[in-house]
This record gives sequence, structure tokens and C-alpha cells, in this order.
Amino acid sequence: MSHALHDVATGTLFGVALNYQGLLQQHEAAFHEAPYKQPPVKPVLFIKTPNTRNHHEGNVLYPAGVERLQPGPALGVVIGKDASRVSAEDALAYVAGYTIVNEISLPETSYYRPAVKAKCRDGFCPVGPELVPAAQVANPDALGLRLWVNGELRQHNTTANCVRTVAQLIAELSEFMTLHAGDILITGTPEGRVDVQPGDRVEVEIDGLGKLTNHIVAE
Amino acid sequence: MKHARIQFDGQAHTVTVEDEHLRLADGRLVHEDQVTWLPPATGSMFALGLNYADHAAELAFSPPTEPLAFIKSPGTYTGHKQVTWRPDNVAYMHYECELVAVIGKAAKNVKREDALGYVAGYTVCNDYAIRDYLENYYRPNLRVKNRDATTPVGPWIVDAADVPDVSNLKLRTWINGELKQEGSTSDMIFDIPYLIEYFSSFMTLQPGDMIATGTPEGLADVVPGDEVVVEVEGVGRLVNRIVSEADFFKNNKASAA
Repeated sequence: MSHALHDVATGTLFGVALNYQGLLQQHEAAFHEAPYKQPPVKPVLFIKTPNTRNHHEGNVLYPAGVERLQPGPALGVVIGKDASRVSAEDALAYVAGYTIVNEISLPETSYYRPAVKAKCRDGFCPVGPELVPAAQVANPDALGLRLWVNGELRQHNTTANCVRTVAQLIAELSEFMTLHAGDILITGTPEGRVDVQPGDRVEVEIDGLGKLTNHIVAE
Repeated sequence: MKHARIQFDGQAHTVTVEDEHLRLADGRLVHEDQVTWLPPATGSMFALGLNYADHAAELAFSPPTEPLAFIKSPGTYTGHKQVTWRPDNVAYMHYECELVAVIGKAAKNVKREDALGYVAGYTVCNDYAIRDYLENYYRPNLRVKNRDATTPVGPWIVDAADVPDVSNLKLRTWINGELKQEGSTSDMIFDIPYLIEYFSSFMTLQPGDMIATGTPEGLADVVPGDEVVVEVEGVGRLVNRIVSEADFFKNNKASAA
């Protein structure tokens, strides 16, 4: 992690699930059934605890006894000043910059209960390689995002397919909880998560933000 | 001994509690009326849902076979004698009196028999919920449980050594002096040693992390003006007052200016 990113982005890691239209559509039918009963109304949020923090070129432990492990390419939004009840029009003024997040998770078979066991393991949230100032990102809602495993392109999408824009997320979240300077908003992982294995080199690339590299290592 | 965090003379201090007085690190003694209480720990909070059989039944759930845990981040904590806001136009906001174990040293792969050795001490939280906002995604969702200043914690941390039997403590909640909730930690489904073994089996619990162990039956609605007191026997009595959304954000803006 670069010094700028490491110094600035020390807050809470807030994740948004089901924020890609393609992913939501895949589950559309099931989300009308029990236990969900209806599709989500508000952003579906989770927290990655501080023990999950990891960095560019860091190792990600593949836990013993776990059958499948999946990277989660995501745009990270680093909050620059405390945001409480800001409108979508004003929201981007609260962003310090953008970075890449690999929101690593065990596969999710259900979205009903909080995914602590799937998402909060040590080192399951690489962030980096650097903080790109907001002024250098013309439109965070139109960034191509690619996942490479051992140099092979395995997943690609664009933030243009997000259910909610960065500004909408900041507005809706800050309605009930302050987003503090240094918090990172993980704006979602697209459909088509892939499995990785010990020994794999995993890279997440986002237009204009560089490439975040991590190594999967058996525990 | 009891340890607290307070704001005094514009600065945050870690203090020890001596009856109604607080001893600062430099030896000064200040009266509790002179200070603002802060949450006594600032790590992640692992909060348990449905961890008392009677409460699970009250909510029409069968008791879980694995802990139902959700995470709270520090922005939702507030201290003793502070205010919590009830959003406008909601039908049901309720308190939850809970015993909280505070982790004292990094815990990974800890066995149940060793688990209490990783506990620095205990505190109390009031794990308020706004039931109107429940959705069936990562339930209970953050909009219900991770709101600004909606998780009072404190007043202090009591050293683990000063709580001889954590598995047999009375929990009680009063609204405006009227007893509304009463239970005992002896009725927990998953006790603290089990929970430390469980979490540490897949992640490292950090010093300052907190495990909020769930609440027994006896929930009720709270409205602006209510004084809500949650108490865990031998640990602490945590006082909170409910204000309206407008009052909370008016005061917030005033203090931020």
C-alpha cells in the first residue's frame, strides 16, 4: 500500500453487496421467495473488519478446511471528509479519491444472514496499490474493471453497470450513518465470481487506478 | 478496577473510576459531572442475534444452531449519559440490554477452556434496533443496527478478575424508572467461551474488539424524552436518553460548527 493510501484510508471498510445489475438479475426470481420475500429496497451493506486489511503484493491465506475461495474485484471510494446526510448532488465533494479493493470471500449461497464467516477472515480485503485523487477520475461510474488470474482474464465488467452510483451510495448511507474521513466504501463486485487456488496470482485492474496484485497461499 | 474513556477540557482521556470520580493518567481527580463519557473501547463489535432462547421465541424464531453474528463499526457507538435519536415516522424502536466482553489480546484459534484468558473485562451495551427498517438481506441489516450514536456502550470496562461468574449475572432495563426487561446471562445459548472459540476459529479477534452477547425477552418501544437504563449486575449501569431526529441533528450541527 502506498504511503498516501495507508495514511488516509484508516477507517471502516463498508461493503455494498448486490450492486451490479447483472448480479441482482441473476437472483431476481429467488429474491421474491422466502426468506427474502422481496428484492432489496435499500443498499445491501456489510462491514469488513480491520483484521481483513491487506495490501498490494500481499499474500492471501487460503484457509485450511475451506473448499472454495473467490476474489471480488471492486472500486474502492476513500472518504475525504465526514459525510452526514449529504445529497447525491454534493456527495462526490466528500471523496478523497479512489482505489482498488479485492473483496475476498467464501462463496455466498445465501444473502439472508450477515456473511461474517465468509468475509471477515484475516487478510481478506487487499486495498491498493494507491490512492488516486478524485480530481484525476473524471467519472467513477464508468470505469472498466478486470480480474486476472495467473495472467488470464477471468472477469470483466464496468462500474456503469452498478445499481447505484457512487454519489447515490454516499447519499443513502450517510442518511443514517456518518461516513468518516478515511472510511472506504467498497462499491460492489460484479456477477461471475471465480474460484482461485493456492499458488494463484490474482490481479484486479480498474481503468485509471492501476492493478492490485495478490498471491493466494495455502494456510 | 474500572477503566473508562472520557472527554475532559476538550481532550480524550483514559481514566480509572473511583466511585463518582475519575482518575486521569497524570493523577488528577475529576468529578463525573465535569466530563463527557466516551465508549470505553473502539474496536469492532460482534453482536449476537437471538442468543437467548426466550428472546428468540419472542421474535418467533427457533434458536439458532450456530451463532448469528453481525458487525458494528465504531461510528454507531456512543457513551454513557449521551443521547440516541429515534428517526421520524417509525413505528418500533427498541432497546436491547447486553453484556459485552472486551478482548484484551489477539485471539486466533483459541479453545473454549482458554477463552476467558483473552477477555480484558466486561462492559454493557444497549443494542438499539429500528425494526421498521429490517430487510431480509444480511439481516439484521446496517440500517437497523449501525446508525449514528445508536449503540450506547459503557460506562466503563470492569476488569475480568473483578467479575467472578460472568455466566450468572442479572440483566435489567428500565424506561423512565419502570422495569421493562429482566433476564440472566445464565440463559445465553452460546456463552462467551463458546463465542471466542467460534470467532477465533476463522479470524483473529483484536484487542479492543467487543462481543455483545445478545438480549433476553422483554422488548418495548422507546420515544423521544425517554430515559433508558440498561444494567448488568456487577458490571455497570448505562444511561441513555432518546431524542427526536430533528433535535439530534440540530445539536450535531451546533457541535460541529
